[in-house]
Amino acid sequence: MEGKFRVSSSPHIIAPRSTSQIMRDVFIALLPSAIIGVFMFGTQAFYVLLAATFSAIFTEYAIVKMFKRSGKVSDVSAAVTGLLLGMNLPSTVPLWIPILGSMFAIIIVKQAFGGLGHNFMNPALAGRAFLVACWPARLLGSAFVEARELGSIAVSSTTIDATSYATPLVSLKAGTIILPDSLLSLFIGNVGGCIGDVSSVALLIGGLYLIFKKVITWRIPTIYILTVFVGTFFLDGFSILTSTAHVLAGGLLLGAFFMATDYTTSPITKKGQLIFAFGCGLLTVIIRLYGGYPEGVSYAILLMNIVAPLVERYTRPKIFGEVALNA
Amino acid sequence: MSPIVLYTIISLSATGIAAAIILFVIAQRFKVIEDPRIDMVEEILPGANCGGCGFAGCRNFAEACVSIRDLTRLYCPPGGNETMQEVASALGKEAAEKDPLVAVVRCSGSFAHRERTNNYDGAASCAIASSLYSGDTGCQYGCLGHGDCVRVCEFDAIHMNPETDLPVVTDDKCTACNACVIACPKDIIELRKKNKRDRKIFVSCINQDKGGIAKKSCSVACTGCGKCEKVCPHDAITIENFLAYIDPIKCKLCRKCAPECPTNAILEINFPPRKERVAEIEPEKGAETAVEPIASDKTGAEPKSE
Amino acid sequence: MFKTFRPGGIHPSENKLTAGSKIRGLPIPGQVSIPMNQHIGASPKILVEKGDMVKVGQLIAQEEGFISANIHSSVSGKVLKVDAVVDMSGYKRKAITIKVEGDEWLEEIDTSTELVKEISLERHEIVRKINESGIVGMGGATFPSHVKLMLPRGKKAEYLIVNGAECEPYITCDHRLMLEDPESIIEGIKVVMKALGVKKTIIGIEDNKPDAIKILKKLLSKQKKISVGTLKSKYPQGAEKQLIYALTSRVVPSGGLPMDIGVVVLNVGTISSIANIFKTGLPVTERIVTVTGNGVNNPNNLLVRLGTSFEDCVNACDGLKDNVEKIISGGPMMGVAQSNLQATINEGTTAILVLDKKEAKVVHPENCIRCGSCIYACPIGLMPLSIAATADKGDFDLAEKLGAKDCIECGICTYICPSRRSLVQSIRLAKSILNKRRI
Repeated sequence: MEGKFRVSSSPHIIAPRSTSQIMRDVFIALLPSAIIGVFMFGTQAFYVLLAATFSAIFTEYAIVKMFKRSGKVSDVSAAVTGLLLGMNLPSTVPLWIPILGSMFAIIIVKQAFGGLGHNFMNPALAGRAFLVACWPARLLGSAFVEARELGSIAVSSTTIDATSYATPLVSLKAGTIILPDSLLSLFIGNVGGCIGDVSSVALLIGGLYLIFKKVITWRIPTIYILTVFVGTFFLDGFSILTSTAHVLAGGLLLGAFFMATDYTTSPITKKGQLIFAFGCGLLTVIIRLYGGYPEGVSYAILLMNIVAPLVERYTRPKIFGEVALNA
Repeated sequence: MSPIVLYTIISLSATGIAAAIILFVIAQRFKVIEDPRIDMVEEILPGANCGGCGFAGCRNFAEACVSIRDLTRLYCPPGGNETMQEVASALGKEAAEKDPLVAVVRCSGSFAHRERTNNYDGAASCAIASSLYSGDTGCQYGCLGHGDCVRVCEFDAIHMNPETDLPVVTDDKCTACNACVIACPKDIIELRKKNKRDRKIFVSCINQDKGGIAKKSCSVACTGCGKCEKVCPHDAITIENFLAYIDPIKCKLCRKCAPECPTNAILEINFPPRKERVAEIEPEKGAETAVEPIASDKTGAEPKSE
Repeated sequence: MFKTFRPGGIHPSENKLTAGSKIRGLPIPGQVSIPMNQHIGASPKILVEKGDMVKVGQLIAQEEGFISANIHSSVSGKVLKVDAVVDMSGYKRKAITIKVEGDEWLEEIDTSTELVKEISLERHEIVRKINESGIVGMGGATFPSHVKLMLPRGKKAEYLIVNGAECEPYITCDHRLMLEDPESIIEGIKVVMKALGVKKTIIGIEDNKPDAIKILKKLLSKQKKISVGTLKSKYPQGAEKQLIYALTSRVVPSGGLPMDIGVVVLNVGTISSIANIFKTGLPVTERIVTVTGNGVNNPNNLLVRLGTSFEDCVNACDGLKDNVEKIISGGPMMGVAQSNLQATINEGTTAILVLDKKEAKVVHPENCIRCGSCIYACPIGLMPLSIAATADKGDFDLAEKLGAKDCIECGICTYICPSRRSLVQSIRLAKSILNKRRI
């Protein structure tokens, strides 16, 4: 007999897509928004993103080596966590803030629970929540600066009174009347806010890329955004303009496309995803309109992360042929 | 004291008392009356929940002990006779005396003895591998080496020897709970009577192929030649399906069979060195070698009890 | 829109390398070894002894028990041994090894090529003849066909579904059969329809075989009772329950059989063999085997006598290349990997697939990221990741509650998993343990 053949149980072929590729796609999808953020807020934003990303990668590497974990750093998931965290911060933070946030996200939220796939809430969001809880002054309110005018396609009028209200959401909360012009600048990104969530168009491009690549499905983002739109329409003055501003402003698009869709912390069943997205939307609306913070996306998603296993448990898909037997 | 603090204290205390009452009422209402002896017996048991007794856990075994009239039908392998005596005296029943047993791995087909005929590349589980095919060597009976037995052992008594890729039992730790015997899809592991000083003689092979085929696939396979059967003075060895088996009850550990085996399939472990034979093979080592040369590669990782 | 099943399914690259190559007869090998466990169910009683002379078509083992099948010699010659031989599973099982001498056929076999146009036999006579000839499912499952045709009392079949989906990548034996001998399929269908008393037959073919669909549609243009159903190319379109749903929108109940909803499914190869019995009286002695994959020099469709070794088949295709990694009996999704080429062709061997290093990637499992790919792709609507996780922990009761027994082991979950986890393997283990428990 010539040589030794390899034996394993079927199937003998595998789909080309691997975990690393999925994570790489998410990373790529985040880039347009990150680039616009850097363009808007300058080099300081770039350093924040860099610090967050590399500290996440390094922390993951250190943990994997130290505890001889099976996970590998090359799966890009740590980089995604770091970048997401960085994009959720204002550009004015000192550099130790993103580094601390990334370390918290990786060590406490991700690796302490068993690494990739075992964390119970989104590490990037939990990292941000941790930072907000510890240093609120550095992350909220006056930390936001107004973005530069966007070069040649600058919008004619500065819309929202940025000197007294740092972010569009704060002004929304204060009851500012929304003009169509301000929507356009929200769409392009010519506003104040976190590094990653200023430009709706860049986030949409990234999100659509993920849907096109079949990394995420339409369910969570669509239902989430729709819930927020309808919710704010009914609860905040029956104005389509205001509702649109709610959708475009703040971290909603970033959250809906990149963080609520996180595999590990959202339900995997189709029905469960719908419930999950609806819950996220509802909580976002409630926090934004009635809560203490102007922005509700991160807490809404974190809260829904925690109920995700429960939702999943009650939305098990129907087994083929199951009903016919009972009928 | 400001009224707010006062109200807080009053309302919280009231809530606490109300909750306590509710809890108390519910606890009374749904109280499960259990025989206190069950707790007592459970205290005596080792608490490993290994399942060797045939029950799901120690508590279930304790319940059975209390409810059953004839205690001789129950046995706790890890606890052994001592524990059973204690249980029996606590309950005022009779317990059975059993010979202590120990798990024995009946395969010596290490890398050196068994040629690999293919490369297995699947989930590292004996159960999965054996449901797929016969194994990565020519011997369809032999150890697959994925360590299902190691994983089920609650007592840390069985380990894979990385050199031979075969499991090795640490006799002191083995409680004969039967978990590895059930886990092994090839039925290689057997519980055998524990002898003085952990001595044992057994056929370390379960290959039921005809001699030539068995020998071809593994150099230490039992070929069923029958030499050991002829030499055994106690009638303890039987040959069935080209495979010798030494009855652990009948065997008197006389060691006559081992040197007869042409393939060294019969292992004798923890015996003092055999003078003439050891002298023949390794004259300079002498008394140092506690086990047969062929057995040494199998029991290398085993702590010698003498 | 072509017909298809729901939910789930995938479409791996088809790699039908041999779709265009004609079926080539393989010369009778020097020796054959006919396994006695080539079908599902009880092994038959062996009727010959060492040294006996046998002829082609001679009964050499007789069925024992309800689910069992007769086995006939595929060659003429001398019985060398009746002994355990390494078979497809790698285990040694009973087989009859025959040294080929000449090619003598039993006298009652009609070697003329005339097709029988009208069958005068009664229903039970047809079933008995199929029973005698020991035909088993030739799509790979090897379930004795006569058992399917013996309707339980009080049940009535409404549909006969002929499975020509061939959804596994690489395999083309059914495709070539439909192209090269469509008449036999139609004749076979008529016989089986009479045996079952059904009024409607659908031949299910995936849309990646337009030539086969065209030929059969043309031949059936005047037939009202037999139609061709074009299916979307999607795996596992050819799985029994999925096929029935795609073609009739009927759902086989969980744990039930197609018969429960009045459907009988037979593979095109089986149908064609049934036609051959009534044409010539010759039981199944040969089948079409696709020898394919990048590891074989000259992929081909071969007409092979049962019991021929894999080695003979591969040699007929100019042998193996140097970079061979895996030999698989059957398709890449559900086939059985071989440790050598000693195994022999049986009635269920659809293909010998030789994968090279590039095709058979070595993968290492990583953490589950809960992406849900396996759930969306599962054709049964299970949650493979949960079942596999519970099975790995040894909680088989929970695995059963999650539907482990409904798994058809199609392998999609393992195929699609981006973390390369062995999902179907764990579920398979749970299934086998649960089945053992039931007994």
